[in-house]
Formats: sequence, structure tokens, C-alpha cells
Amino acid sequence: MENKGLNKVGLIFEKINQKEVLTKAFNMSSNEIIQDILDSGLKGRGGAGFPTGLKWKYTAAEKEPEKYIVCNADEGEPGTFKDREILDKVAYKVYGGMAIAGKAVGAKNGIVYLRGEYRFLLPQLMKELESFHNIIEEIGFDFKIRYCLGSGAYICGEESALFESIQGDRGEPRNKPPYPTTSGVFGKPTSINNVETLVSTMMIILHGPGSYSQLGTKDSRGSKVFSVSGDTPTPGIFELELGMSVQEFVNEFGDGDTKAVQVGGASGFCVPRKKFQNTIIGFEGVPTGGSMKLFNSSRSMYNVLHNYLDFFAEESCGQCTPCRVGCQQLLKGVEKVKKGEVKSNYLNELVKLADTMKIASKCGLGQSVGNAFRTIVENFREEIIY
Amino acid sequence: MYQVGNLVKKLSDKHGRSRESIMPILQGIVEKHNYLTDEAMVEVAKELDISAAEVFGTASFYTFLDTQVRGKYVIRVCKTITCSMKGKSEIIQTLEDMLKIKVGETTSDRNFSLIETNCIGWCHKAPAILINEIPYTELTPEKVVDIIKGYLHK
Repeated sequence: MENKGLNKVGLIFEKINQKEVLTKAFNMSSNEIIQDILDSGLKGRGGAGFPTGLKWKYTAAEKEPEKYIVCNADEGEPGTFKDREILDKVAYKVYGGMAIAGKAVGAKNGIVYLRGEYRFLLPQLMKELESFHNIIEEIGFDFKIRYCLGSGAYICGEESALFESIQGDRGEPRNKPPYPTTSGVFGKPTSINNVETLVSTMMIILHGPGSYSQLGTKDSRGSKVFSVSGDTPTPGIFELELGMSVQEFVNEFGDGDTKAVQVGGASGFCVPRKKFQNTIIGFEGVPTGGSMKLFNSSRSMYNVLHNYLDFFAEESCGQCTPCRVGCQQLLKGVEKVKKGEVKSNYLNELVKLADTMKIASKCGLGQSVGNAFRTIVENFREEIIY
Repeated sequence: MYQVGNLVKKLSDKHGRSRESIMPILQGIVEKHNYLTDEAMVEVAKELDISAAEVFGTASFYTFLDTQVRGKYVIRVCKTITCSMKGKSEIIQTLEDMLKIKVGETTSDRNFSLIETNCIGWCHKAPAILINEIPYTELTPEKVVDIIKGYLHK
């Protein structure tokens, strides 16, 4: 297993000459841009990890003249706050990435969907957007960006729910296929990318795909911005090269008593101490949109699990039965086990339910509830029962 | 209750009258009046020439588009895991004692509403709250008292 160790990187927040990079991109062909992104090995930084170059390639291949670039800034995963920092510090690079994506796929319109919880950032973001529009006009780029605000719904981070929300509807995920690259917002071909992904594309155009793909491992190229919180002396936002083990991460950020790390937020995986050494943070091990929460031995993993299930029961959109009923029953189920109202092997039934939700749920929310559920129950069974 | 007056018309002039204008219009009403009344939603439906049920359908999906009475300052306390671990309960206790309301309630002078919310993206500076759109982080009961005092004198 390839292991890169823990290396701090400064790509995402690096100050760059925006105009220079955009001019470079403007003088490249659509194919050249897409090839660079493909060669870099960049995968989506929102958590799902779809290869960005492929997404752009599919969108570019659509014949429909009206296309969209959507920036997913609906950062709602518990424990994730890096997109806020990126927008706060380097919004011009997010806009730049959108324009480059626009050039690559042939879209003239961009929409940033910003979660309502980050509305306080909007005045500053609009000001930066104005100067961005001036710069691309000077270069001769035909691309306009506008904002849509969310209103407090976790599910709108799911791409098709986000489109519904932009269109003024309830944020209920759509059936797939068709995928967004064919039929996204307003039914038009859409490339929807995470905030950090878009910044990464701009850095790839600047530094070249070769130097970017030097970072990370075969399955997880590049660097990633991590949101570190929980029982750590140094909570915050850190850009690290992909391919470190959880142990190396804990050595850097732990408080000396770390018993578990929740990688990828409530929809992610719980890694217990005994698996720190052999678990790589990345697509070959535990994937993450950046959320890294550390728990020390004073914490009850029952409380952690209960908190996550409560979260999912509230945030499930309620559209499909496996997720709507499943989330509620998992929550009720662990409460019953804790109170001793049912035998402890009832937990096995609940794990089966979580597995069923993975297969039967319509979108990523219901499909990923089982990640945290299974990994917490399997590794901390006693804490859930007693 | 408030009179929505010509606010819906003004917002529709600004954001347009197509289906996708619903969200910014409803957000605009909430920004001014803190919550949506039935009257306001019917007015939006009329202005956009769609069914009021459609407007209610959208509004009722989103937690920030409140359809029940809210105060001038809506305090949202993050209850997700890190804030929970770092003292959310003390923050709630302090707010309840100070405002003399429980979670989910609004003060009788309609100045404050106290509600819990899911992760607001400040886990590294937990515990955190939002008062309307403004985040306050790394809170202690003492800090909360000072912040609320500031709002009382506004």
C-alpha cells in the first residue's frame, strides 16, 4: 500500500495572478483543458470523488448549446468547514475555476449555490465577483456567474436536489440517470463541482498536470483541504497531501488519547484506534470530503452515533421510504438497545436495515447512513449496548 | 402577524416572476419579517401566478424559511456533534435563563426566538450559534450573555 506520510501543502490558498492563469486557459482549446484535468488525476473534492476531467468531458460532449457550470457551496456535512474558508480567502480562484470549466465544456453561465448558513459572506463575495467579471471581460471570456442561496437543507448538497432548489422547488433528489452532465439545472447539461475542486482545476492549469499528479497516491492524486475538529489541540483547516495513514494524521492532530476518527462526517466512516495504522485517508481507504473528527477515550460513541442518526432523521428529505423510515427506525432502534428494551442482538437487525438502505435509497444520503452506523456499531458495540 | 404590503411586489421586480424566483423572494420576506405568514405566501403565489400550495411546498421544505412566528432575532444553536461535545448544553441553558424561553419558543415581545439547528460549519470553533445570519463562535456562557446584551440594546 502506497503511503506518503503527512505533508502540509499550500496550493489551495496560494496567492496567484488570476488574470495570468485565466489568460492561459483562454488560449487553450477545450480539449487541452480537459486533457490537463484528466492527466492530473483530480477527483471531486466534495466527497463522492468522481473524476473531474471525465465530468467535464461528458458535459462538453453534449450537443445542447445552453450549458451550466454549478459550484456546489452547500457545505453541510457535519465537521466540514473548508469551503467556507476557501470562499472567504480565495473566492477569486473559485470563480476562476468556474470560468475555466465554462471554457472546457462550452458553458457561458455559472451559478454558485451557497448554503444559507454562510449568507454573512455574501456581500464580500459579490464584491469579488464584480472585479472577477471585469477581469474576464478584459480577457475576452464570455462567462457570467450568479449566486443562489440555500435555506438550511443538508440534502441540497446532493447535486440533483441542489438543481431542484435553484429552480425554486423542494430540494428532493431526482432519479439518475439522466446524470447532470446530460440533464442538470433547468434540464440542461451541467457540470457541478465542489468549491475546492474548482480551485484545484485553476492550480492545475497554472502548475501543469504533471506537477499536480506528483502529489498523492495512484488512487488519490493531489492534496486536499481537511477540516479538523473534535478532541484535538489544533482544530482548524489544513491542506495535506493525500495518502497518509490515519495513524500519521492522529500523530499530528490527536491529543494523545484518540480512540476513534470519524472520516468524512456523519455520512463517512468511523476508524477505531486498532485500524489507524493500516487505513489510508483517500479513495483507496477511507474517502473524505474533508471532515476529520477526533474522539478521545472520554467520549461515548453511543452519543456520537445518536447525534448522527438524529441528524439524518431530520435531514432526510422524506421522499423515498427506505431513507425516511430507515433513519427514524435506526434512531429508535439504538435508543431501545441502550435502554435494554430489546436484546443486544437487535443491533444485527439494525445493521441489516442500514445495509438495505444502502441498496434501496434513492440518493447518497440514505445510501451512506449505513457507513457511520456499521463502522461505529461494529467497532464500539459495547458502548452502544451498555 | 405583519402586513406584507408591497414587499412581495418589490422583491418580484428585483428577482423576477419565474418559478426559480420563489427562493430569493421568500428569503427576502424572511430577511425583513423573520418568518412567512399564510398571507405572505398567498401574495407570492398571486404575484408569480402559481398555486399557493406550490409556494407552501417550497417554503415548508427549508428550515430557514420558517412558517411559524419568529422573533426579530432568531438564535440558532448548533447541536451537531462537535458543538455538543464542546458545551452546547451550557450555551442553551444560558440563553434559556436569560431570555426566559425554552428551545423552540419566542419571547413575548417577539424580539428573540431560540432554536437548535444542524451543523453550521464552525466545528473548529465550537460551540457556535447564528443570530440571524451572523455567526458567533468559541462561545462561553459569559460571552453569550454579552452578545445577547448587545442585541437587547439594539
